[in-house]
Amino acid sequence: MSDDVVALSARSIAEAVASGELGAVEVAEAHLETLDSGDAGIHAFLEVTAERALAEAGEVDAAIAAGASPGRLAGVPIGLKDNLCTRGVPTTCASRILEGWIPPYDATVVTRVREAGAVSFGKTNMDEFAMGSSTEHSAFGPTRNPRDTARVPGGSSGGSAAAVAADLVPLSLGSDTGGSIRQPAALCGVVGVKPTYGAVSRYGLIAFASSLDQIGPFARDVGDAALLLEVIAGHDPLDATSIPDGIPDVVDHLDDGVDGLRVGLVAGLMGDGIAPDIAARVREAVAVLERAGATVEEVVMPTFASALSAYYLIAPAEASSNLARFDGVRYGLRVDAPTTAEMMVATRTAGFGPEVKRRIMLGTYALSAGYYDAYYGTAQKVRTVICNDFAAAYEHLDVLVSPTTPTTAFAIGEEIDDPMTMYLNDICTIPSNLAGHPAMSVPFGVDGGGLPVGVQIMAPALGERTMFRVAAVLEAAAQSEVAA
Amino acid sequence: MTDDSQAALDGGYVMVIGLEVHAELATRTKMFSGAPNAYGAEPNTNIDPTTLGLPGSLPVLNKRAVELAIRLGIALDCTIQPSVFARKNYFYPDMPKDFQISQYDRPIDVDGHLQLPSGKRIGIERAHLEEDTGKSTHVGGAGRISGADYSLVDYNRAGVPLLEIVSRPDIASAEEARAYAAELRAILVATGVSDGKMEEGSMRVDANVSVHRPGEPLGIRCEIKNLNSLRSLGHAVDYEARRQVAALLAGETIRQETRLWNEQTQTTATMRAKEDADDYRYFTEPDLVPIAPGADWIAQIRASMPVLPAERRARLADAVGVAGGAAESIALLVERGADDLALAVIAAGAPADRALVYIEQYLADVDPSAVVVSDLAALVSMEAGGELTTTQARKVLSIMVDQGGAPAEIAAANGFESVSSDSLAGTIEAVIAANPDEWTRYREGDDAVRGKLTGFFVGQVMRATKGNADGAAVTRMLVARVES
Repeated sequence: MSDDVVALSARSIAEAVASGELGAVEVAEAHLETLDSGDAGIHAFLEVTAERALAEAGEVDAAIAAGASPGRLAGVPIGLKDNLCTRGVPTTCASRILEGWIPPYDATVVTRVREAGAVSFGKTNMDEFAMGSSTEHSAFGPTRNPRDTARVPGGSSGGSAAAVAADLVPLSLGSDTGGSIRQPAALCGVVGVKPTYGAVSRYGLIAFASSLDQIGPFARDVGDAALLLEVIAGHDPLDATSIPDGIPDVVDHLDDGVDGLRVGLVAGLMGDGIAPDIAARVREAVAVLERAGATVEEVVMPTFASALSAYYLIAPAEASSNLARFDGVRYGLRVDAPTTAEMMVATRTAGFGPEVKRRIMLGTYALSAGYYDAYYGTAQKVRTVICNDFAAAYEHLDVLVSPTTPTTAFAIGEEIDDPMTMYLNDICTIPSNLAGHPAMSVPFGVDGGGLPVGVQIMAPALGERTMFRVAAVLEAAAQSEVAA
Repeated sequence: MTDDSQAALDGGYVMVIGLEVHAELATRTKMFSGAPNAYGAEPNTNIDPTTLGLPGSLPVLNKRAVELAIRLGIALDCTIQPSVFARKNYFYPDMPKDFQISQYDRPIDVDGHLQLPSGKRIGIERAHLEEDTGKSTHVGGAGRISGADYSLVDYNRAGVPLLEIVSRPDIASAEEARAYAAELRAILVATGVSDGKMEEGSMRVDANVSVHRPGEPLGIRCEIKNLNSLRSLGHAVDYEARRQVAALLAGETIRQETRLWNEQTQTTATMRAKEDADDYRYFTEPDLVPIAPGADWIAQIRASMPVLPAERRARLADAVGVAGGAAESIALLVERGADDLALAVIAAGAPADRALVYIEQYLADVDPSAVVVSDLAALVSMEAGGELTTTQARKVLSIMVDQGGAPAEIAAANGFESVSSDSLAGTIEAVIAANPDEWTRYREGDDAVRGKLTGFFVGQVMRATKGNADGAAVTRMLVARVES
């Protein structure tokens, strides 16, 4: 019974709960039944809030019984990345410095999914403060890839990706600053979406790099991802960078096809540094689009090569400022010392892991007097040039397609001691963050070792509808291939 | 300006002063959140996640604060330009995020001026918006953070909107510095931008002081902090300029530094040298968008501007019709917002000099808008015309203020009839006859003796007339009788 229920899509669960065919409590119990054993070897969750889940599910059932109109996610279990504030539930960013911290308020996305009837199952593992590409930088132990538990699930939203891939929950939320949703989605073989900057409120998302961070959905299929995106998107007066008019609707256009769409294949992301099996899958993907009526051309994005360097100045610079508040004064860890300044140093020394410290130092340096122009200032100029590059491409193209990642899932421990190699994981995903554009990863076949491959679809700002149309066509092709 | 306006210093030196004024804006809520902006609340009650800088919280700009900044910009004849917020990064326990959001290289108001009552124009370099910090109380030690046993932090003030108004170094004396601060305060109050209360910290003044010989390059400046009143400002500026001159004449050099004014010792002392200054690592605040106030909005604010203090003083001075004698009273009435009442009472026929005395002195604690203009004008006229003594008129006034009513009726109801000169002369003769020794001592005594005995005779006459005599008239008649 529970096997059947946990295999259901979010849409099927919501429909069944709304119609009374399934109770939300029944759904929650089925998922909880498999969660403990299912997560034992994966460690997708830092905290499973079973009692809360059952109580929330009970409220959903009661509301429906009382005649309230069921939400679009009625009774659907969801996992929340542990950098999303949850009132009354510890929120740690997988860091010792916030261990045990219980926020007094909910992130806007948490409120929105609850109001839509979703049932939160708890907080998912991540790289500390979302800094990393493997979830190995969690202070509370790594998450393993459900497709091969000797391998990483990607990161930083590795827990959210693994939770969905392992059928622990049908939906989860992550955050994407340089690829932290798309890369783990690709490595775990699920759908992951980074929306247009400002499409989803960041209120209650513990900031890594404010000008790049976006919250987005993980799902096992494109339809579920579209549904969750629509639930969480929309203007929020609590986020000054929130887009006033929101994004166009997506769900009703998933079947519109790609006939007549103009697709650009990013040439620079198909050669050096990209695993040949992945490049092969991406070429197959664009062939699918061509057969479905799209025109495809190779496009050179000359500035993409500079994106990684610009990103690793801008993101750490903002992080160095965003993470200053973790000083032991008001909340979280405090390591006592004779003076306030020494207390702050001792607290931060003990509380932050090595990757976080590395980025704080990088960012502090990049913003320092005498270095600002050479580093942060130049990086901002590169960012503008990348935006111009995108704008030129979108004058004659509707979407761009590339690999999501240069490799499939790598082994736990393989890259952890080599920050530069780890940083290269983001090479395909970073440009969209710098431009504030939407991008998503959709599973498309496997490599020679049977590991999932993700194809990335990029679109201009507010281009989610077109992006999802492409994703739906690729998904259908990938599934029919599996079926065949 | 001429050398007259510059305070005389030894060695041919003159002062060069620029002032930085922080004004707390009279908004209902804070700069970046809905927490109340109110003085004097219980510690840590005017707070919310954003005020405390809790992880995940975000700033949202207070539109009213922007409007007030524009109002002051208009009042100071500034250019109002599109502006941007930046982060000023430094660690301090009373700063919740360990950075302050402040306008840096793109302030909202630039290039204005303020005209002193003397007619001299002081340039305004800029006025920019920023958030206030919390307040630390250091317990034990010397009350400073170093050496304290522990520190208490109140975050009620954190996030209160501030406007920092920076003058050009056009101020040439302590007197001008005080006049500038007083005039700026009058403008802040008149425009409703701030309540300007230095004693509550809603207006805080820092002074940049240097000295040089005319024709020579400007000297090294020191910034003086902890100026809690206009009096301290004047004294501190004077002290600091003389200290610098003494040092220069002794062959020493001035170090650029921040100095604290000590109210007890009336001296300044080094707080920190420039080389110890923090590197604030300013960068654009990514959580906020640039402010670009539209021309329509600015025009709307301009249309709603009140008459400014300088014009109000000129208007009242015109009505009073004296060149400079009443300048202080006029300035005071304008500051108190009682100038419209004075204008109305004078227009209703009351003699201007007495009207000013009534409103400035007798009605100092009365809300000007609660006064009935025609009644006050009638009362002032009755007293000036000799129908009532000053003592009687003040009694009538206090009844008028407490209970209302026409002054003539109140006077009649209380049996107040001014004693005529003839009967007063008779009473005085009777008093003299009854007190021959005192009269002899009065007649033959020096000023001191006469002063004392004047009180005695006036008292006796008052007793005889049941208080209906005019004390001033009695004094005049006593003097006249000795001289005749």
